[in-house]
Amino acid sequence: MGKVYVAGVGLTKIGEHWDKGLEQLMVEAALKALDDSGLSRVNSIYVGNMAGEFLQEQAHLGAIIAEDLGMVGTPAYRVEAANASGAAAIHAGALEIASGRADAVLVIGGEKLSDGLIEEVSSALLMGERQEYEGFMGADFYSINALLYKLYMRRYEVKDDLIAVFPMLSHKHAKGVAHAQYPFEVSLEKILSSPYISEPLRRFEVSGVGDGAAAIVLIGEELKSKIKTPKTELYISSATDFMTPFEREDPLRFQSLGVAVNKVLDEAKVDRGDVDLIEVHDATSIMAAISLESSGFAEPGESGRLAMRGEFDLGGRLPYNTFGGLKARGNPFGATGVYQVAELHLQLTGRAGKNQVDSPRVGMAQSLGGVGATAIVTLLKAV
Amino acid sequence: MRVSRHWRNKLFRYRLVGWRCVSCGAFHYSKPLVCKRCGSREFREVELPKTGKLLAYTMVKIAPKDFKDKAPYLVGLVELDDGTKILGQLTDFTKEELKEGARVEAVLRKIREDGENGIIEYGFKFRPEIHHPP
Repeated sequence: MGKVYVAGVGLTKIGEHWDKGLEQLMVEAALKALDDSGLSRVNSIYVGNMAGEFLQEQAHLGAIIAEDLGMVGTPAYRVEAANASGAAAIHAGALEIASGRADAVLVIGGEKLSDGLIEEVSSALLMGERQEYEGFMGADFYSINALLYKLYMRRYEVKDDLIAVFPMLSHKHAKGVAHAQYPFEVSLEKILSSPYISEPLRRFEVSGVGDGAAAIVLIGEELKSKIKTPKTELYISSATDFMTPFEREDPLRFQSLGVAVNKVLDEAKVDRGDVDLIEVHDATSIMAAISLESSGFAEPGESGRLAMRGEFDLGGRLPYNTFGGLKARGNPFGATGVYQVAELHLQLTGRAGKNQVDSPRVGMAQSLGGVGATAIVTLLKAV
Repeated sequence: MRVSRHWRNKLFRYRLVGWRCVSCGAFHYSKPLVCKRCGSREFREVELPKTGKLLAYTMVKIAPKDFKDKAPYLVGLVELDDGTKILGQLTDFTKEELKEGARVEAVLRKIREDGENGIIEYGFKFRPEIHHPP
């Protein structure tokens, strides 16, 4: 298998883009990424998107984006894995580079949630669960998270502040970030006094509704020596788990994530302790806590205490969600996994501005589909 | 479109009938070809017990579109008397009765309507157990 490198990234600001369509956002991000890499053509395009068929009633995004980019003729597909669609698109693109079939691939993740009403966005999110089970019960994504939250507090005898600390941290790191949807701090008190969306899960513990697109350019060994732009080396692994957490051996552990993390560390020949910063899938506060514990970066039930002690701050042991994560940078479903990897690339190439972590060598991004039924983990190494 | 989909699932939705893997015991609410846990291809039809206890519950405030008019409503994780854990909506609970560990029983209730012209879908929900005289 050949090596895979990130050679350019492009981000759009996440927000409510009333004046732009899904396709436009994707093209904007793609052009930025191409410009960043210095390339104008690629062998293939992979588009990550979750809800376009439902919210925009638009399938066939691969060919559409190729056309809108002026790249008619280039192979282009949409890849879907619920909230991890963006990371799945990266996975597909990386495999094509690693196989030697392509030397340059463009990966774009995009989602436009503001085209839907709030109940439609909830329905879109529910499509990542089983319609014939959770869907029929009206047991939406947040209610499943709320049940896990309760089981977590009971098992580990912790209060909600040790879980709500994660959105606080994401907001702290999003402060002043140009592409973040909510670039400001929110105090723990404010989070804990926000209304319940699904008790005990509060409004300020879940990611908001936003539009956005992110893109990265992947290249192989042959192009690497030819282009001068800053590069990072990419490793990516994935695993699945039972759809419903309550059918897993332990509902408070994302086994898919644990497996994918171990696989990617193994492939990259990196120890867990060598990871300098981490992007965690904090679609909800409780998913952040369970993710850190399932992937071995905190003992079970301990992640909140570590966060309170500052271990996940920008200057801490393991800087976490350094541009605000899903909670504060934003979570346009199919785009999110690409934002995460693009942000790691900015960190590892020393272009993270005021959020720059002190000379990082290794970064990890964790993307989850549903409540952890899909886990895709990307590891970037400085070159 | 949804009519046949609901019809296919009616045994589980109306009577909590599903399929248990003969080899590992995993429960499947729709008829499987392969066991999701052990890969076996042998199953027996089972009717789950209608009573159990509430392990955890929550209230859905912002519902998916099909349940928009029903919000807020309660969703619970229930452990049935044979140990099977299933999700379901809760109904008929008073504030005092709503406690983790509460005994519950399944009842047939309306779940949702498919718009103005579609079918009305029924299925089980859980209510506090009513003690019948022996």
